[in-house]
Amino acid sequence: MQNINQTLGQYSELFMLLAALAYTAAFLAFTWDLVKSSRRIREMEAGLAETAEERQLVLAGAVAGGKRGKSAGALQGSTADDAMDYQGEKRSAARIAVALTVLAAAVHAVAVVSRGVAAGRVPWGNMYEFCTTGGLVVAVVFLLVLTRKDLRFLGTFVIGLVVVMLCAATIGFPTPVANLVPALQSYWLIIHVSVAVAASALFTLTFAMSVLQLLQASRVARLAAGGGDRMPFMRLVPSALSLENLSYRINAIAFVLWTFTLMAGAIWAEKAWGRYWGWDTKEVWTFVIWVVYAGYLHARATRGWTGTRAAWLSIVGYLCIVFNFTIVNIYFSGLHSYAGV
Amino acid sequence: MAAKDRGDNVALPALGFLGTLRWMWTQLTSMRTALFLLLLLAVAAVPGSLFPQRPANPAVVTQYIRDNPETGPILDWFQLFDVYSSVWFSAIYLLLFISLIGCVIPRAIAHGRAWRSKPPRTPSRLSRMPVHGSFALPSGSDSQSGGQAGGRPTSPHAAVVDAAALLKKRGYRVDVRDEQGSQPSVGAERGFLKELGNLVFHLSLIGVLVSVAVGGLFGYRGQKIVVEGETFVNTLVGYDSFTPGTNFSEDNLDPYSITLEKFDVTFDRQLTHYGQPIDFTATMSTKTAPGAEPEQRILKVNEPLTIGGTSVYLVGNGYAPVVTVRDGDGNIAHQGPVVSIPQDGLFTSLMVLKVPDARPEQLGFVGFFLPTAAIDENGVSFSRDPDPFLPQLNLNSYYGDLGLDDGEPQNVYVLDTDTLTELNSRNSEAGGIVLDAGETFELPEGKGSITFDGLRRYAALDITHDPAELGALVFSSLALAGLSASLFIGRRRVWIRAASGPDGRVTVEYGLLARGEDHRLAGEGAAIEKLLRERWLADTIEHDENETAHVGASAPGSGKDN
Ligand code: HEM
Repeated sequence: MQNINQTLGQYSELFMLLAALAYTAAFLAFTWDLVKSSRRIREMEAGLAETAEERQLVLAGAVAGGKRGKSAGALQGSTADDAMDYQGEKRSAARIAVALTVLAAAVHAVAVVSRGVAAGRVPWGNMYEFCTTGGLVVAVVFLLVLTRKDLRFLGTFVIGLVVVMLCAATIGFPTPVANLVPALQSYWLIIHVSVAVAASALFTLTFAMSVLQLLQASRVARLAAGGGDRMPFMRLVPSALSLENLSYRINAIAFVLWTFTLMAGAIWAEKAWGRYWGWDTKEVWTFVIWVVYAGYLHARATRGWTGTRAAWLSIVGYLCIVFNFTIVNIYFSGLHSYAGV
Repeated sequence: MAAKDRGDNVALPALGFLGTLRWMWTQLTSMRTALFLLLLLAVAAVPGSLFPQRPANPAVVTQYIRDNPETGPILDWFQLFDVYSSVWFSAIYLLLFISLIGCVIPRAIAHGRAWRSKPPRTPSRLSRMPVHGSFALPSGSDSQSGGQAGGRPTSPHAAVVDAAALLKKRGYRVDVRDEQGSQPSVGAERGFLKELGNLVFHLSLIGVLVSVAVGGLFGYRGQKIVVEGETFVNTLVGYDSFTPGTNFSEDNLDPYSITLEKFDVTFDRQLTHYGQPIDFTATMSTKTAPGAEPEQRILKVNEPLTIGGTSVYLVGNGYAPVVTVRDGDGNIAHQGPVVSIPQDGLFTSLMVLKVPDARPEQLGFVGFFLPTAAIDENGVSFSRDPDPFLPQLNLNSYYGDLGLDDGEPQNVYVLDTDTLTELNSRNSEAGGIVLDAGETFELPEGKGSITFDGLRRYAALDITHDPAELGALVFSSLALAGLSASLFIGRRRVWIRAASGPDGRVTVEYGLLARGEDHRLAGEGAAIEKLLRERWLADTIEHDENETAHVGASAPGSGKDN
């Protein structure tokens, strides 16, 4: 048995705290960006309202329907680009936020890796480690997607969630570095859990996007009905349809990963307990999540179920993931209850 | 007139018996029903995680019903303790799979036909396609030598043939039509694997279900506790408990034997997780048949041992104190290890010993085995460590009729003390039996004595045989592959038509249509146009003449099938 390096473990915990601080700063910067940009857009629109021609020019492409009323500000549903590609305009707050996220993720990575080294194994063997490693994967996946698509409007949401995960780990489930109990000593732990964490990270992104999609859809409906804009920051967010399409693409990848998680879990269960499926609590919930997302994919191909209803299914699926990870791990007994709470 | 006819039809209520059946079938196999059943399946699976389930934990269910005499039987009536074999859960998934078959078979047939047929005819107006564009070639043939292979086509026919070759290279199936006419065109299609993947995925789900069912029919599963030095022989009587599949016959058992030579446990001795187990290793000596050569093998958690068509798993372990009991007549009534059940991480273990051979009175003992005995401030004994540093027995003793003689099976780990008379106990004034290793305790009233001779460990084994496991693995892998193909391959059609304009120039028009979800459709349109332009227009720069109209694909599932 590997000897545990407690000193390194303590450094890891220190780095974890530093990462949490940096994420918090990034979270604030993302929020600042939303506030600032929406204020700037409003000022811009106020100026534009004076010269109708100019307004025409800037709004071209941004306004979907042609109806124009008294004020430009009330009508314009979104200034964001629906393809979610980077635009020329400078958003210094967002840049700072991304830079802080990169810094935080780097420190976070050091923390996670040093924890793994301290324990001499993969750093996902108990709740503390699921939360911290999972948070890192969420942040890294988010940064990777950012290199291709401008999803900075999701930053507040996603990085906020990472902060929550790190807080949950350090406050809720503090666990010193330790060896794995025999039930977890298997290379299937590496395969099964890492893919599950990657899938969950992607589902986290689509959850955030589905929530924004619902907000955007109801906001646009309200604007179309002549109501006021209660969520001006949503201007930075692309249209509901493009959110739906991108989240569908990400959900499709995540669903394949989740299917693999399910299969790998079954193979591991066969190795450990002599049956590949036994409806253990954790297995039940993994199955429920799988079926809900299969329902989501079906909904996208069923008339009358695309759009809002599909978004709700995606949200329900994610809530099941959160439930599976928290309530089931902590309160439900079953073969899987070695999560080290 | 037509409208009136239709109105009459709707008003007619009688569909007839066959008509009703057909209507029900159409409803069952609709996407909406499939979605509904899927969501219902998700909801129906949840109660199985809220209530204890009989297959996994029969004792807990019995206890639950006893603790909740009001609600328990009602829940039981609704099969909430057997969710996954309940009528309602089975009904949902069977309906879902019937729907699936009804949905997939026609699609498979249609897809087989599509595979053999030519790409669909060219629509008359390509500008109606979700992605389309057009451009004109400059008049005259390629004057400079910079042109690419084949050069610039001078006739619509040549342009279409050239375009067909290009599409073929991109993996499309192509069909050139109206070659000699005024508006020749090429129809192209790709992505058949998408639909195939979808079909394979859905059919494999049936395969998985069938494998699970076959495993349930022909498999079996048994439990056996083996103390160090003991041997298990794979026969029905060899098992402590045995769950056969519906079609099981005793001949299926291969009479191999395994002996537990040694069981080693390592506990963590570093401060933070002191006493947590980090390794269990069972050293086994196995014989594939009664007369065969023994072979030494290692069994660990997560590393099952396969022998005689079965897999043997290490699922538990504990201590078996070796005890000798002499009865009131002075004869040895029991001698050997007694399996004790660990109650906590420190291996404080519950121990029950029934001695039916004791005379004149049968004897019974209940209490705890403590690997490292200690006494807390209230004078209660407890175990301080999972390793046996100071092993001790703390027992109460009883005498009377154990009730074993009427042949009714009893749980060996439970002693029903109601019908027995207490000899001594922790609660009585004299105290219970406290035995360190090697010590003997004389029972009161001359009923006999008990000696704690030594200590062994035991391993709890699960032994299973599932002939359909491989099938389940193959089908689920197929499902995964099919799913990936279905989700990540784009299925689309491309048409390119060429014509001679009034000024004699060749104009090229193209349109693309996705079947199902395809976010890359617009990109594919742009790529094809770019390739054609590079091929035909490399030597000319005609920005204004070649204005192109791109329209990006927007709505999901915009596939308008012909
Ligand atoms: C056991 C239950 C089922 C599960 C778990 C399931 C799962 C899925 C999944 C994950 C997809 C998306 C991936 C793909 O396109 O291949 C899908 C697509 C599809 N399923 Fe199912 N399905 C089930 C039953 C059914 C049934 C009963 C029907 C027919 C009524 C059906 C019809 C379809 C169709 C038509 C698609 C393609 C949708 C598209 O074009 O995007 N499925 N299914």
